[in-house]
Amino acid sequence: MTLSVERDSFAGSFRANVAALRRQAFQRYPTIGIGGSLLILMIFVAVFAPVVATDDPIALNPIERLQPPGTDHWFGTDMFGRDLYSRTVYGTRISLIVGLSAAGLSVLFGLIIGLIAGYIRLLDAILMRVMDGLMAIPGILLAIALVSLSGASLVTVTIAITIPEIPRVVRLVRAIVLSVREEPYVEAAVSMGTPLPKILLRHVLPNTVPPLIVQATYVCASAMLLEALLSFVGAGTPPEVPSWGNIMAEGRAFFQITPWIIFFPGIALAVTVLAVNILGDGLRDTLDPRIAKKM
Amino acid sequence: MLGFIVRRLLATIPVMGVVALFVFLMLHLSPGDPATVIAGDYASPADIERIRAKLGLDQPLHIQFGTWVWSLLQGDLGISIFSNLPVTQLIGQRLEPTLLLALTTLIITVVVAVPMGVIAAWKAGTWIDRSIMIFAVVGFSIPVFVLGYILIYFVSLKLGLLPVQGYRPISEGFFPFLRSITLPALTLSVIYIALIARITRASMLEVLDEDYVRTARAKGQLEWKVLIVHALRNAAVPIVTIIGIGIALLIGGVVVTESVYNIPGLGRLVLDAILKRDYPIIQGLILMFSFVYILINLAIDILYTLIDPRIRY
Repeated sequence: MTLSVERDSFAGSFRANVAALRRQAFQRYPTIGIGGSLLILMIFVAVFAPVVATDDPIALNPIERLQPPGTDHWFGTDMFGRDLYSRTVYGTRISLIVGLSAAGLSVLFGLIIGLIAGYIRLLDAILMRVMDGLMAIPGILLAIALVSLSGASLVTVTIAITIPEIPRVVRLVRAIVLSVREEPYVEAAVSMGTPLPKILLRHVLPNTVPPLIVQATYVCASAMLLEALLSFVGAGTPPEVPSWGNIMAEGRAFFQITPWIIFFPGIALAVTVLAVNILGDGLRDTLDPRIAKKM
Repeated sequence: MLGFIVRRLLATIPVMGVVALFVFLMLHLSPGDPATVIAGDYASPADIERIRAKLGLDQPLHIQFGTWVWSLLQGDLGISIFSNLPVTQLIGQRLEPTLLLALTTLIITVVVAVPMGVIAAWKAGTWIDRSIMIFAVVGFSIPVFVLGYILIYFVSLKLGLLPVQGYRPISEGFFPFLRSITLPALTLSVIYIALIARITRASMLEVLDEDYVRTARAKGQLEWKVLIVHALRNAAVPIVTIIGIGIALLIGGVVVTESVYNIPGLGRLVLDAILKRDYPIIQGLILMFSFVYILINLAIDILYTLIDPRIRY
């Protein structure tokens, strides 16, 4: 009885402590709050795009083409009379899908390759030379060439953006694995005959999680930039998809008359990337105080 | 020292080999028949056959790779499918704008970013530090091409200070060249400045805590001398490393900037080639850019021993 009361009060104070810690962390790292809220707002816009948008993003209305921003069309219209505000709203979807998938995929593949390279000496040299080579190829060119060769679609764009991001994740994971495997607790586990998969899962993997979360935010930010860039130079998602890059690419020809066609999606992109970058910085400060002190 | 340089040089060979293999396989691993892909959507079977024979695509893969690498080693990057000119000649024609754009950007970046980072670290925690860091985060988030158009809009269209687009070669006079390169170089340098300023600040913060900095201050050394002679020299290695790694960023940025400002450089050459699927040009340029990146980072590795006498190999 007394034990359970004690446990309850312990749990209660623990919970209160956690809440206080969380508040403290929020005050100490306001960047997580700002970046996180902005990103949640963008995710909200993407998920509820049909509600947030005022018009059909692909409905043509030639009479109202190239309208300046006003009460009818908040961001104006493009050269086919499509509502730019609604197109920008729908563009959020493409950017976030590509950004989040590229982050997830590069972390997944980077983790697998990094674990192998860090633990199997024989493959290490080969894998790391391949990664060095891949890192030397300019990511933008690699992605553009991959898309133009395999045909433009959301899937090929995502894959083409993910591939150049993998080496950095591999290097990060491998560095962590190499330092963790020298730790006394891993040595202890090895000497007690713990099987390799269990060592990786129990002891190595948890150490990679915080830096990988941070890395994932940076991959996400750079993937969103790269996606827009691919569409912008004409090697991205098919032109009929209202992605921010495509909207801006279409606006290029009319830039001198209607600069807002480039500005609005451009600002949306910059704000989203900024949100993810700020969130990443905040997470890095919270999750890895050692690096945080340096940065 | 010489031994280190030789070893470091030899170590780049496998990396270059991997790059070559990647660039070669990119064409062959992408779905569909390479000859058909290159020929485009409206090619006749005869066209496809012609391209296949011309590029040696009817040979087995390893022989193709061997032949290709052999000609690479002789400095032959192949012949453009569309213009029928050697790729090396096309690169030579387009080299100047790209090289000068990259150099100007690099100069602006170092001149602006390093002092910014030093001041931010010196005034750490103050509003000066915070505004520099906010600039760094924002600068890193604005897409290069959006920034380009914002600058064109305000500087060229609204204020009429600089030309909107285009490039004037340096042979037409230094001043017109400078006017044409200013905006592109500014656009490209913002993201780079953001990166370098951040690293400079981080690396300076670490060094400013060191005993020798305290000693220098204690003996009454002038503050600027403490910052530059004592701190910055010791903080230089990470900064130079990031400048080297950032070359990748610069190469990517050059492609985009040239597209925005209509500069007839290597970036436009490779973009046009990719859109037209002129494969020898794509392969040649991606290879060249990658090798430049590898060589610059090799040079930086060797430079370390000069910047920091403590580093001995």
